[in-house]
Amino acid sequence: MLKVSNLTKNFGGLLAVDHCSFEVQENSITGLIGPNGSGKTTVFNLVMGLLEPTAGQVFFRDKLAVGLKPYQVTQLGIARTFQLVRVFQKMTVMENLLLAPRDQRGENVLLGLFRPSLVRTQESDSVKKALQLLELLGLSGVGDEYAGNLGYAEQKLVELARALMSSPQLILLDEPAAGIDPILIHGILEYIRKLRDERGMTFLVVEHNMQVVMNLCEWIVVLNHGQKIAEGTPQQVSNDPKVIDAYLGS
Amino acid sequence: MLSLLMLQHLLVIAVIYSILSISLNMAVGVTGLFNMGHAAFFGIGAYTAAILSLAGTPFWLDMLAAVCMCGLVAALIGLPTLRLVADYLAVATMGLGEIARAVFKNWTSLTGGTMGLRGIPQASLFGLTFISTARFLGLSVACLLVVYAVAEGLLHSPFGRVLKSIREDEIAAQSCGKDTYWFKMWALVISAGMAGVAGSLYVHYINFIDPTSFTMWITFFLLLIIMVGGLGNNLGAVLASVMFVAVREGLRFIGLPTSIGAPLQQLILGVLLLLVTILAPQGLIPERKIIARQTDHAKGQ
Repeated sequence: MLKVSNLTKNFGGLLAVDHCSFEVQENSITGLIGPNGSGKTTVFNLVMGLLEPTAGQVFFRDKLAVGLKPYQVTQLGIARTFQLVRVFQKMTVMENLLLAPRDQRGENVLLGLFRPSLVRTQESDSVKKALQLLELLGLSGVGDEYAGNLGYAEQKLVELARALMSSPQLILLDEPAAGIDPILIHGILEYIRKLRDERGMTFLVVEHNMQVVMNLCEWIVVLNHGQKIAEGTPQQVSNDPKVIDAYLGS
Repeated sequence: MLSLLMLQHLLVIAVIYSILSISLNMAVGVTGLFNMGHAAFFGIGAYTAAILSLAGTPFWLDMLAAVCMCGLVAALIGLPTLRLVADYLAVATMGLGEIARAVFKNWTSLTGGTMGLRGIPQASLFGLTFISTARFLGLSVACLLVVYAVAEGLLHSPFGRVLKSIREDEIAAQSCGKDTYWFKMWALVISAGMAGVAGSLYVHYINFIDPTSFTMWITFFLLLIIMVGGLGNNLGAVLASVMFVAVREGLRFIGLPTSIGAPLQQLILGVLLLLVTILAPQGLIPERKIIARQTDHAKGQ
């Protein structure tokens, strides 16, 4: 579904991503791991169009995604969450969610101003969807709260919910478990699996918590110094000497 | 003493400033575009209306032209500058303010240069001439209501939601699939267009313009107003406009010599800003939360 081929990013002499190639299979939960500074978030930013690669390609469903602007990538059906949460602080949780759906007619100036029934119908459908998501993620009480007033863990959930609101086919999760209560993590993982099983979504997950990665992902890509050093099932990867070496150092 | 006429005059000016501050609020308070050259749009609107009106164009048409001209200039300015991040945008728009003033001053054949343009006709609409201050006040309030309704309507729409998200975090807004460049463009164009309404009203009220009416001081005055009123709140912008204009124009009426009046005005406004910053950092009326409710349509499904 997502194919990264020979992706390279050079930050003025620093090779952050070095000829990296991997694939994310449709309907899979794929992990992207590696020590700090190995280029995981840079890969995300390259895929999302926030950075332009020095070389290499990204294909989403056989369509070239490199060279597109971030909003165009999102419109293709890819959504993401950020490593450090980026919720809209001084907007309510509900507004955060309502922003995300694609093709909103009310975003046109005139349609927004006069709000014909077309716009109102679309809007109330989004509200309905948002309420369901909030309930699923245990956020039902805080819909009208400013997102910036919530705790860190709740903000991460708001971000996840916002990503889901755009009905993406592929979601890139940047450290979904970091800073979240272990009990809650369990619930989130359950929910991610459910989305994959029931709605056919695909996930690419960057995560430092190895328990989470091994538990959640069925395929893992390991980066070190911007290069892919291994890929395989959790079992294969965790026994790979190169991976152990990268993590424990030599 | 404060007569009824003076009160009416004060209110007309307050209403014009209300329109200006609502329009600046759209860019600064709602979208987070730090526009430091808003006086330029006010001036472009005013000169467009004045020149057309002197050439015999009816009031409604010169106001429409003022709105379009302001929107057009905003689009041209926005084309290169909206790709800049906040601080640079502030510098670029400040530049626009000074360029506009230089043009007003030096394009003598069109703008009358430092002598300005005088004898601008009274506004008239459907055969009714707004010759008295009271009548003009009615016209201004009607314009304010329209501008207010448009600003509020947009703020509560999905369009306004995108503008707010750009203010909060533009990268995140892009990651939500929003082409933020064009949303910023629309915000700036609409904001400038509203300033065009104010410019047109202003020239038909004062019947004279010269470049000194559109200095950077006006932009700062407007920024103060929206900060004190509450960024992102249009009602706050109106309230603070009335307060600020009352202080400014009121001091003129008391009859203090300029040497005392002008510094006193700045002193009072400064203290007002300090008090609001300390006691109500969000402004007199903080931005209102927008509560989205499920409508019957969705509930019924």
